[in-house]
Amino acid sequence: MADSGSEAIAVIGNTDLTPSESENNLKNTMVEKGTSLLKKMEISVAEAEKRTGKNAVNMQETYTVYLIETRPVDAASEGTNPALDSLWRRYSEFELLRNYLLVTYPFAVVPPLPEKRVCKQDALVTTACKCDLNSCTVTSYFLQQAEFVWHKLSADNMDPDFVERRRVGLENFLLRVASHPVLSSDKIFYLFLTEENGWKETMFETGFQAKADSRLKALNATFRVKNPDKRFAEMKHYGDELQSVISQLLRVRARAADRLYGVYKVHGNYGRVFSEWSAIEKEMGDGLQSAGHHMDAYAASVDDILEEEEHYADQLKEYLFYADALRTVCRKHELTQYELEMAVQDLTSKKQQREELATGTIRTFSLKGMTSKLFGQETPEQREAKLKMLETQIEEGEEQVKERNAECDEFVKSAWVDIERFKEQKDHDLRESLISYAIMQISMCKKGIQVWNNAKECFNKM
Amino acid sequence: MSGSVVDNTVSSGNSSVAIPTDISGQILDIDEDDDLEVFSKDTTLSDGSSLNASMQTSSASMINQYKFEEEEEDADTKDIFVTVDNPESHVTAIETYITYRVETKTTRSEFDSSEFEVRRRYQDFLWLKGRLEEAHPTLIVHPLPEKFVMKGMVERFNEDFIETRRSALHKFLNKIAEHPIFSSSEDFKIFLTAGSGELTSHKKQGPGFLSRMGETVKAVAAAVRGVRGRPQEFTDMQEYAEAFSQKISSIDKVTQRIVREQKEYLEELKECGPTYALWSQSEEELAEPLKNVAGCVDKCCKETEEQVKHLNDHLIPVLHEYVLCADTLKAVLRRRDNIQADFEVKTEALATKKADRDADSKVLSLAWDSLVGRSPEEVKQQKQQKLKGEIKEMRDELDKVEDRLEWANNALKSDWTRWQKGMRTDLRSAFNDTAERNVSYYEKCLAVWESFLQSQRTDAEGNGNVDFS
Repeated sequence: MADSGSEAIAVIGNTDLTPSESENNLKNTMVEKGTSLLKKMEISVAEAEKRTGKNAVNMQETYTVYLIETRPVDAASEGTNPALDSLWRRYSEFELLRNYLLVTYPFAVVPPLPEKRVCKQDALVTTACKCDLNSCTVTSYFLQQAEFVWHKLSADNMDPDFVERRRVGLENFLLRVASHPVLSSDKIFYLFLTEENGWKETMFETGFQAKADSRLKALNATFRVKNPDKRFAEMKHYGDELQSVISQLLRVRARAADRLYGVYKVHGNYGRVFSEWSAIEKEMGDGLQSAGHHMDAYAASVDDILEEEEHYADQLKEYLFYADALRTVCRKHELTQYELEMAVQDLTSKKQQREELATGTIRTFSLKGMTSKLFGQETPEQREAKLKMLETQIEEGEEQVKERNAECDEFVKSAWVDIERFKEQKDHDLRESLISYAIMQISMCKKGIQVWNNAKECFNKM
Repeated sequence: MSGSVVDNTVSSGNSSVAIPTDISGQILDIDEDDDLEVFSKDTTLSDGSSLNASMQTSSASMINQYKFEEEEEDADTKDIFVTVDNPESHVTAIETYITYRVETKTTRSEFDSSEFEVRRRYQDFLWLKGRLEEAHPTLIVHPLPEKFVMKGMVERFNEDFIETRRSALHKFLNKIAEHPIFSSSEDFKIFLTAGSGELTSHKKQGPGFLSRMGETVKAVAAAVRGVRGRPQEFTDMQEYAEAFSQKISSIDKVTQRIVREQKEYLEELKECGPTYALWSQSEEELAEPLKNVAGCVDKCCKETEEQVKHLNDHLIPVLHEYVLCADTLKAVLRRRDNIQADFEVKTEALATKKADRDADSKVLSLAWDSLVGRSPEEVKQQKQQKLKGEIKEMRDELDKVEDRLEWANNALKSDWTRWQKGMRTDLRSAFNDTAERNVSYYEKCLAVWESFLQSQRTDAEGNGNVDFS
């Protein structure tokens, strides 16, 4: 790892940086260390559009692209209104970017993307109408309920509500990355935001793909660490728990929302029947009629209520996926630790071998030992040669252990910093989510109070 | 044909016993002629219309009643208070049944005392209802709770079922007590005051089986023939009854549906709180707000539970009563139609007879009569006499039926108005209560969540965090 000199281009994201290379990075990347991109630049995912084109296997496909708009902050504050820079990206490009970030910054808890498609956990359970459908006066409600349910189950990525929620999720992703102390200074990220063409090539040039494949294999392999860092083990456990409890909460909440929908919508039938009834009554007619209108309003109000609840659910979902990112970091730590332990083990065994060879004692059972017993000792020249080889290997081994140790330390340090940052962010965000949930409930209650007070007035006039 | 003992003395003009004190002052407004006519007709009634003691007294008051449709039932003038409570289980060798305590407090002079307490079972209520309906076929008797629970899910001795039934029985008696005609019914009085032995023997009186059979046969015959000249107002009522029946049934169904959905919502909501609580166990900073949210959700669950209970206990029984009322309305209209049909049949028969008589006076049927040795004049005289007699009978009979029809029509009309007022009051009050309860439910939930916000605010200020609003 020779010193690359000050004129060399920035080497980004490589954890094997030498001190001078780091310096270089600071000079050549866009953003100063410590400040986030977001402070210099407005970012938004403003729109979504459908496109058609030919895919890799030359088949016609329809897909959605999202418009990323950026504008430098400074210029705006000077009073001039600079034009927005914009480009279109599709979901798969976001995925590529994220994979790149995952590989390049293994110690970072990388913000998650909105889900690829509606997952089964989201699916609401429909219960069949329990009454005789022919005489059921609330059949129309069931059509609506079915719509609601099927809307959720639909894996249709073209569905406008799904697209809208995804747009919001993608914007959120970009904002998160742009406010991350480390990720925001990444050059590829900047290119993603600003250069429509060519960023992919630049990204691939960093050679992350190869690392990605090997890391993926390693991460998926099963291995046991002898000396796990207790903090990371706890974090991993926490990540598991967080994932499990948020999944459960999302499920339970979705089912409750479904039921609540039913309650509100059935009240709509009051509206219809009151209206019909008012036609045959004299004095009661007006009161009934207007009460009916309020029942309709009540039934209709649930749509807005549930849409707001979906936002809350999305906030929870983000942290569901964040939990996964957290676990990934812990897993990466385990891998790093494991690799260190392997290197140490290897070195120790080599040292042992040397000792045995040098002293001529065989402490451990080895095929070599056996064969030498069987076929006689080696010649002193052979022994010399072997010793020399071992010495080199031991030297290399020690280097590797040193490297891996450093790697591990570095990883542990950076990862723990990011984990702490993540913890604070999570505590803050989720608390805000809970508060906004309470505010939502309050708004729903206020609406209910208003509607039923109105209805009560109408009933009084009956 | 009548097996009942008709107490003629009561209807001889002494109306103070029968008529509720509040309209006794208005008797002076009666047209004298009408009054006399009515009374004299009453005393000679002897045919198959099933009379009993209560009908005698009540018809007098009824005549007065239908002149005063604007009569209001003031709370001040309420002089009888009936309560149904204290269900008790009775086990005998043959069966197990429930009795209810019926307590009466009254200042009415026709009652021997001012307070009564008896125990009655469902059968007794059924008997009372039957008697009232028999006596007043075109008056609207408030429905009783059903004999069996249709859905078959509820066991007869289930606590909720008993309570629902008790409440409905209470309402039934109170409706009877408020009704100007029914409340002066002798059967009603006996129901409220008699010991169980006395009640049993009283039950055994009343029109015999045969007379009732006779009535039924007539009714069926009339029903089969159908009514021909039904006045428009009764057709309008029929249409109203049909439509009302539909609407109230729908509302009943919708409300039951709401209750079901609310219950299912509650089931799901009950799992949310514990999930938040579980989550709080893995958190540090977030533990407190999460526990708090869990508490809030649990409190909202409780409120939802109470709200569902209120719907079940208050709105649904009222709606159910009026579903049954709608059926009563239809039945009452049917019975009125039958009376009219009877009248129409008799009118036709009389006309035919008269035509016979006229025709007969012209025809000289000489042949047979001369054979028999009677003079044509003699025979004609005999026949004319006979026809005259028959016509008189039929005329008398027809007059009675005509009176009966007029009385039935007027009774129905005024009771219909009365019933509509009652329906309006009851349903307005029930819906009003429900709306109020819903407001209260939302207000309570609002308070729960606002206290959560408050706690987070004070927390934030305590930690020096950014204030939010």
